[in-house]
Amino acid sequence: MSDNTIKMSSIKKNETWLKVVIYIVSIFFSLMTLFPFVMMIANSFKSTYEIQQSTLTLWSAHPFQNLAKNWHIINSKDFHPFTGFLNSFIVATCSTILNVYFSALTAYAITAYEWKLRDAFNGMIIAIMMIPSTVTTIGFYQMVYKLGLVNKLSMLIIPSIAAPMTVFFMRQYLQASLSMEIVQSARIDGAGEFRIFNQIVVPLMKPAIATQAIFAYVGSWNNLFMPLILLTDKDKKTLPVMVSLLNGDIYKKEYGSVYLGLLITVLPLIVVYAFLSRYIVEGVALGGVKS
Amino acid sequence: MRNKKLVDYSKYGYIFAIPFMLTFLIFTLYPVLYTFVIGFTDLKGAGNTEWHFLPSVGKNLFQNFKEVLTSQTFHKAFRNTWIIWIMNFIPQIGFALLFTAWFTDRRSKVKGQGLFKILFYMPNIITAATIAILFTKLFGYPKGAVNDLLNSLAALFGKTRDNYDYQNNEWPVKIVVAFIQFFQWYGHTMVNLIAGVIGISPEIFEAAEIDGANRVQTFFKITIPCIRQIMLFVLVTSLIGGLNMFDIPQLYIGTRANNAALTTNMYIKNQAFAGSYMYNRSAAASVILFIIIVALSSILFYILRDKDEAKLKKLRKQELRAARKGL
Repeated sequence: MSDNTIKMSSIKKNETWLKVVIYIVSIFFSLMTLFPFVMMIANSFKSTYEIQQSTLTLWSAHPFQNLAKNWHIINSKDFHPFTGFLNSFIVATCSTILNVYFSALTAYAITAYEWKLRDAFNGMIIAIMMIPSTVTTIGFYQMVYKLGLVNKLSMLIIPSIAAPMTVFFMRQYLQASLSMEIVQSARIDGAGEFRIFNQIVVPLMKPAIATQAIFAYVGSWNNLFMPLILLTDKDKKTLPVMVSLLNGDIYKKEYGSVYLGLLITVLPLIVVYAFLSRYIVEGVALGGVKS
Repeated sequence: MRNKKLVDYSKYGYIFAIPFMLTFLIFTLYPVLYTFVIGFTDLKGAGNTEWHFLPSVGKNLFQNFKEVLTSQTFHKAFRNTWIIWIMNFIPQIGFALLFTAWFTDRRSKVKGQGLFKILFYMPNIITAATIAILFTKLFGYPKGAVNDLLNSLAALFGKTRDNYDYQNNEWPVKIVVAFIQFFQWYGHTMVNLIAGVIGISPEIFEAAEIDGANRVQTFFKITIPCIRQIMLFVLVTSLIGGLNMFDIPQLYIGTRANNAALTTNMYIKNQAFAGSYMYNRSAAASVILFIIIVALSSILFYILRDKDEAKLKKLRKQELRAARKGL
């Protein structure tokens, strides 16, 4: 009996120690994650002089005056947050809509119909996922250049009609959730195939569409490689391309405004994440398991 | 389909797949083939679109490939890409596994783990370009948050330290780039692994618990074998992503510090869109990278498939044996 209680209490002690370690490490990682962002926000409100004294202080003597000054500096040079914001917004919104709609359509084509080339097509989609974007770059640039379509945002939007990853995920979802009976009964009611897709299948796929839309949006919003190559006109630059200007010599001594510029680019993402984080994290989990 | 004989719906399969097919042909397949072709031509110079196959201008057909494969810079870029990827992947999978073990442990339910997960995942959705420049400033010299932080830590212990220039030496640059990659991706990997563990049937864990397996045993003998598929998925996607690494090294350091963090993708971009606009050489380099990626992913998929088949065979044998015993 007493032997047992000693054993139990030692297990309990170990349990407590383990928990302490878990919390210490988790909190350390949380701080590590937050540190860069806290620095970014705090330093946006500071003057160059204050930052030179110390980057770490979290409060400034004249926060809003400094913020206004940093904002002024940033706008007086090549960095135009609103232009970048608008361009990114156009590209991300349009390409997300095309991406999820046509991916849903393609996934439906694979799941609901029996056609001869279906399996070949399905296999092809999985193979395409392996093609690294780099190998398309030079050919794509030459093609676009020849057609005189450099600096056209549409060249970043239209390709998202063919998004193999999204198709793959949506096919998984449809296979699990589409019942052909509903489709059949709609057919009996005389609905055309296209109408069935738009009015029955799309609403049915809402959860999958929502998750994929978030990832498509974030992916498009953050994309740097292609826009950096295609967009040379300063009125056409998207936010990540605009951000890369902050690394240039023109902002070398303007510490505060660089931090402010960075903050502006991530603010929409942080706001979106604050509201949708639960769904996003769940969505990642879903994508990983299914793949 | 039951109504198949009444109305043939199969043509809609083709019709609905047309937009995808067309877009893929125009915006992916054609550019890929074009890139392959350019690799064998003399196409270079800003704004130039005219090209000739190399033999027709009196050169070896594989000239561009030879130049890339013998280029010191390409060698360095290739080495860097691997070094940085490995330095990021090992701690990434290590910590992701550790947190997975802790957060899915049935015996010690960690409170607030929802919040931790959300925090750890956050860097993954933030623009990589922004994060890279943010770290350039944080690791700045002589003034930067990291130097300031270490100075105040040193002051706590009554010591003084000199500011260190993290962006001037090869290894510190590589380590910081690997760290930023780690910073952006460990949360993502963790969320994937946790999802895998949640998918394991709880009965297996209960059985292990009853059999008296401790935490460490349960994790290594049950959890890890059960999520092997997902770990391989993480490995493959991380490897492909790693070999395509661009945003973070490009904006954190670029080609400074003696190309300390030059990656193959940066090499490809620099060849084509800077200096003398060597589209041909850049195309050759991207074809080489493409071949490497396809080869590596095929090997990994092959290993994955093979093991599964082996597993199935083993299971079938066991079943047979069990059946025989039952008889």
